Amino acid sequence: MDIFIQQVVSGLATGGIYAALALALVMIYQATDVVNFAQGEMAMFATYICWTMLNAGVPYWGAFLATLAIAFVGGIVIERVVIRPVEHAPILSIVIVTLGLLVICNSLAGWIWTYVQKPFPTPFPSKPFKAGDVVLGAHDVGEIGITLLVLFCIYAFFRFTPLGLAMRAAAHNPVSSRLVGIRVGWMLALGWGLAAVFGAVAGMMVAPVLTLEPNLMGGVQIYAFAGATLGGFTSPGGAVLGGFIVGVVENLVGTYVSFIGTELKFTVALAMIIIVLLVKPTGIFGTTVVKRV
Amino acid sequence: MAPRALRAAGLLLVIAVACALPFVMSNFRLFQFTQVYIYAIAILGLNMLTGYNGQFSLGHGAFYAIGAYVSAIMMDKWNVHYAWTIPVAGILCLVVGFLFGLPALRLEGLYLALATFSLALAVPQILKYFEHWTGGSQGIVLSKPNAPFGLALSPDQWLYFVTLGVMVLLFWLSANLLRGRVGRAIVAIRDNHIAAEAMGVNTSLYKSLTFGVSAGYTGVAGALSASAIAYVAPDSFNVFLSVTLLIGAVIGGLASISGAVFGALFIQFVPNWAQDISKAAPWAIFGVFLIVFMYVMPFGIAGAIRLLWIRTRRSRVAHAPESRETAATQAPTTR
Repeated sequence: MDIFIQQVVSGLATGGIYAALALALVMIYQATDVVNFAQGEMAMFATYICWTMLNAGVPYWGAFLATLAIAFVGGIVIERVVIRPVEHAPILSIVIVTLGLLVICNSLAGWIWTYVQKPFPTPFPSKPFKAGDVVLGAHDVGEIGITLLVLFCIYAFFRFTPLGLAMRAAAHNPVSSRLVGIRVGWMLALGWGLAAVFGAVAGMMVAPVLTLEPNLMGGVQIYAFAGATLGGFTSPGGAVLGGFIVGVVENLVGTYVSFIGTELKFTVALAMIIIVLLVKPTGIFGTTVVKRV
Repeated sequence: MAPRALRAAGLLLVIAVACALPFVMSNFRLFQFTQVYIYAIAILGLNMLTGYNGQFSLGHGAFYAIGAYVSAIMMDKWNVHYAWTIPVAGILCLVVGFLFGLPALRLEGLYLALATFSLALAVPQILKYFEHWTGGSQGIVLSKPNAPFGLALSPDQWLYFVTLGVMVLLFWLSANLLRGRVGRAIVAIRDNHIAAEAMGVNTSLYKSLTFGVSAGYTGVAGALSASAIAYVAPDSFNVFLSVTLLIGAVIGGLASISGAVFGALFIQFVPNWAQDISKAAPWAIFGVFLIVFMYVMPFGIAGAIRLLWIRTRRSRVAHAPESRETAATQAPTTR
C-alpha cells in the first residue's frame, strides 16, 4: 500500500508536468486550430535560458521569474514573426512551420549548449517528507504545488479579468470579437505567450528529474498529447486532468504490470490515446463541435 | 504545342534522363537517387490519403517499417526471392492499412493525426519486443541482389532500375485511379463528405480503401528500402521518418502526383545542403528552409508551378480571348 501511494504521488508529480504542457497545447489549439509541435522544444529552450542565468549566479526564484518573462515575450515574438505570415495558408502548411520551429529550437540548443547532459537544480529541499510510513520526495510535492498554483492563476486570469474574457471571446468567435473591438490578432499572440510560459514551467520542473539536454521534452510532449487527447482538446480543464491521469497510469502500469516494465511504457500511453479516440474521440470533457454544412 | 503533348514529351524526357543517370554517376549518388524514388513512392501513398482524401496521417513510417520488415524476414528466414517480397509487403500493408482505416473512420483531422502519430511511435518498440522474428535492436542484415540474366550491372545500378520501374508503374496506376470515377469519389469526400454521401458515394468504404491503398504504397516503398539499404533496424523507423514523409508531401505539394517527386528530392537532398552550409547546426538550417518554403509557396512546389503556369497562360489569354475557359483551373484547395 505504501508503494502504491508513493507511486501515485510521483505519478501526480510527473502528471503535473504533462498537464502544464497539455494546457499549452490546448490553448493554442482552441484559438487557432493548430497543434504546436514545437511547444516542447520551446520549453526546453526556456529551461536552458534559466540554466544559463543560474550559472551566472542569479538566485533560483529570480531566474525562474525572469525565464517566465522571457518565455512570454519569446512566445509573442514567435507568433508575430513566424506564424502570422502563414495565418491563411492551409493548416498542414502551418503544421510544417511548427515542425520547422521544432528542429530549429532543438538544433540551436545543441549548438549553443552542446548535447552533454547537465544537472539542473531543484528549488525544494532534498530531504523527503515522511507521512506515516510513506516517504514522499520533496521535489515531487513541490512540483504538484507549483503546477496547481500556475493553474489557479490562469483560471483566475481567464475567469475574472477583462483581458482574459477578451481572449476567450477571440478564441470562440473571432469575427464577432473583432466587431466589438477586440484586437483578435494580438489576443492570439498573447495566447502563444501564455502557452510558452506554461511550457517553461513544465521544462524547469522536469529538468531536475530527467537532467537537462536538448531532447528533454520529446517524451514529455507525447505524454502531454496523450493527456490533452484524454481530457479533450476543446477543454482546458479536461486537458489538465488528462495530464494528471496519464502521469499516474504511466507510473502504476510501469510498477505493477511486469511484462510492460519500462520497455513498453511508451506503448501504454499510446494505447491510451487510441482507446480514448475510439471510445470517445472528443475526450472525456471535450464537446463535439457542430459544423454547419 | 498542345499542353497534353507537351506534358507527355516532358515526361518521356525525364524518364530518359533517369535511365541515363546510372551510367554517369558514382555509386553513392546513385544510391541517393534510389532513395529518392523510394521516398517518392511512399510520399505518393501519403499524398493520396492526405492530399486527395483529406485524412491526415503522421504515422506512415509505421507502414514503411512493416513493409521493410516483411520483406527482410521473408528473405532472411525463408530465403524468398526479393522480387516476390515487394508485392507481398504491399498487399499485407494494404490489408493492415484497411483494417486500421476502419476504426480511424470515426476520427477527423487532428484526432486521426494523433492516432496515427501514436502508431508511428509504438512501432520501433513493438519491433524490438518480438526479438525472435525481428532480431531486436540488432536488426537484420541482408545482401544486395545481383542483376539477373547476366546483365553487366552492379547491384546498385540494378536496384536503381528496379526502383525506377516500380515507381513508374505505381505512379501510372495512381494517376489512372485518381483520374477516374474512384478518384472523383475520393476527392468529393475531401471537399464535402456529406454532399458526397448524398450523391451516392459510400464514404466509409472509400475512406478505408484509400487508407489501405496509401498504406500499401508506403509498404512497397519500405520493402524496396530493405533491399536498397540491405539492413533493417527498428530505430531507423522512428517517428522522424513519419514526420519526414509528411514534410515531403506538403513541401512537394498536396493533391499533386508530380509533387511526390519534388517532395522526395527535398527530403533527400536539402538536409545534405543544410549540412554543407553549417556543420554545427544543420537541422536549424533545415528548419529555416522549411519555414521559408511554406512562406513562399504555401501550396508546395507543385502548387507554385501550377500557379506560375496559370499566370503565364492568363497573360497569353489576354491577347486571345476566345480560349479563356481553359485558364479557369485554379490552385488546389486543400484544407
